[in-house]
Amino acid sequence: MDMLIGYSLYGISLLTVGGIYAILALGLNIQWGYAGLFNVGIAGFAAIGAYTFALMTTAPSSYHYGGLDLPLPLAIACAMLFSGLIAFLIGLICIRLRSDYLAISTIGIAEIIKLFLKNQTDLTNGPRGINKIPRVWEHLTEERFYTRAPMSWFSDAQGWENFFDALPIWWWQPFFCLTILFIVFIIYTLLEKAQKSPWGRMMTAIRENENAAHAAGKDVTRRRIEAFVIGAMVMGLAGAILSQHLRLIDPTNTFDPSKMTFLVWVMLIAGGSGNNRGAIFGAFLVWVIWSASEIFINSGLHIFGELVSNMDISLLKTRAGYLRMMIIGLLLQYILQKYPDGIMPESRPVQTGEKLKKGRI
Amino acid sequence: MWETFGFEFVNFYLIPGLVLGCIYALGAIGITLTFSILRFANFAHGEVMMIGAYFTWTAMVLSNDLFGVPLHPLVAAAPAVLLAIGLFILVDRYFYKPFRYASTIRVVMASFGMMLIIRSFVQAVWGPNQLTFVPGIAKPNELVKNFTASVDMMILVPNKHFWIIAGTLVIMFALSWLLTKTKIGKGMRAVSDSPELAKVSGIDVEIIVKATWFVGGFCAVAAGVFLAMDLQMLETTMGFRMLLPMFAAAILGGIGRPFGAVIGGLVIGLAEELSVYPWFGNGSLISPGYKTGVAFTIMVVMLVIRPSGLFKGRLF
Repeated sequence: MDMLIGYSLYGISLLTVGGIYAILALGLNIQWGYAGLFNVGIAGFAAIGAYTFALMTTAPSSYHYGGLDLPLPLAIACAMLFSGLIAFLIGLICIRLRSDYLAISTIGIAEIIKLFLKNQTDLTNGPRGINKIPRVWEHLTEERFYTRAPMSWFSDAQGWENFFDALPIWWWQPFFCLTILFIVFIIYTLLEKAQKSPWGRMMTAIRENENAAHAAGKDVTRRRIEAFVIGAMVMGLAGAILSQHLRLIDPTNTFDPSKMTFLVWVMLIAGGSGNNRGAIFGAFLVWVIWSASEIFINSGLHIFGELVSNMDISLLKTRAGYLRMMIIGLLLQYILQKYPDGIMPESRPVQTGEKLKKGRI
Repeated sequence: MWETFGFEFVNFYLIPGLVLGCIYALGAIGITLTFSILRFANFAHGEVMMIGAYFTWTAMVLSNDLFGVPLHPLVAAAPAVLLAIGLFILVDRYFYKPFRYASTIRVVMASFGMMLIIRSFVQAVWGPNQLTFVPGIAKPNELVKNFTASVDMMILVPNKHFWIIAGTLVIMFALSWLLTKTKIGKGMRAVSDSPELAKVSGIDVEIIVKATWFVGGFCAVAAGVFLAMDLQMLETTMGFRMLLPMFAAAILGGIGRPFGAVIGGLVIGLAEELSVYPWFGNGSLISPGYKTGVAFTIMVVMLVIRPSGLFKGRLF
């Protein structure tokens, strides 16, 4: 029974992190898949979301600004808004640049955001990061949440304490996971609607042929900024959820570009850019490959360590992590060359002409 | 006068700025050449710099351990240059060439992937921790110190800085000879101006592309080794940290203008170091933590007001 719980909890944690990556991939899909904006600063926007959420919800602390103690949903909304605001300011300046230049700029912006988070020690506690970030559902077991409204309406502190003591320690994990999957579903539904709407079709037109779209009277710059901002807001949301999942964030390790930016790109390209279902599928697939390879390599190293006695495998373990990153990189190169459209290529709504050909009209 | 203003300014801000500028300049040469000849921003350039420095370190360690001969970094850089150029040409053959006639963004993406592949490779082989490149404290050159002190303008320059500045000058003269006097250099300039026209007039573009990687790889390893000499240590993120200032230098000088890139590199290097000089009052002008932001700001301002750079580079 314990083992069963253990396995299902592992599955749940895979789904949880996979879901967070799926949100990031959906955000990137708006920018790259819909509008063709090459953003390699995903880590930066996720960091803005994560830090906004963390500063707004953590208990007062002498290490960093905060102790605003805001309700969690409000903080998530703020994280999205703030991420979008920064993206808007960047978009005003950088969106007209050609793809390469935009890539250089976004990579720079991500670095500057991290620089800011690292250097403003009185605001963010600098490189040491912020900890004890409340996690949705689990936060209910914290005293500062169950002693106030609305939880205090139902029971007093003692009652809640007894209630939570009776629950298994992992009770919040399935709820947290389901919440994330629900958010993925909502974003997916909204994005599907957007893609089929005139706005989405205009986006595709701009991506495919900027000059033609411009000649047809579309405000190219404005639409691009819109896509950039919406994508960044979704990334900020993912960042806020990531900070809940990790509970401890710092500028350097948490928002390492290889894990935050690069992995998300691999997910979107593998799944199929322009296709929301592809983005979600790619996110879960790559995340499962990423986590499973860790288990396989580590258990392989354990066996190796048993065979070769007196061998310290901890060094090999860290090295193997980098090797995995390299293999994921090679995977991206392979997909880029062999399957440039990804596993689920983008599908455009059927044109009237094609419908005629197939005799549907 | 010298004691109160000059000494500190020249020794702790101006000379380090120049040295950093030389390193950026060498890196930016490769970036600007690949950008104009192959028409894409090569994100893997900084990583080739880094791996070149690691190859050099390995050559130094091997020669010391196996033969007991301690090599100067610049000597040990020779095999590293060959390896790095080989790496560049292999990467081009297997990862960039398939996209040569596809949309630019594909090859930018491939180079972005290459950046992380090379870095992960170095982290897996040499480990993620810092390595000592040249041990000990670099002492200022006695000759220069005594001479300048005798005319009341004491200048403290360690030998490594002389090597870096002299090396950059030599490479620049060699490059200018290559680009203006040799057939292959003229071909490179022709392809950079118009690949179609160059092709029609009988220039073999693939050879030019190889020559570009050759020159770019050479300059990148030189920049990486100089950087490692300056810092006296190696770390796996040093290439990535250089990437943004090098792009800024290339854009500032104008894409496709190698000498513009040199000027751009010097300007960015000096701007970064001088931005922390206490110009007004006692505190430094900007907090040293934000030094890296200077290059980025210059780049964005340049892209907005004059995207062709100072020396009328190409616009894509």
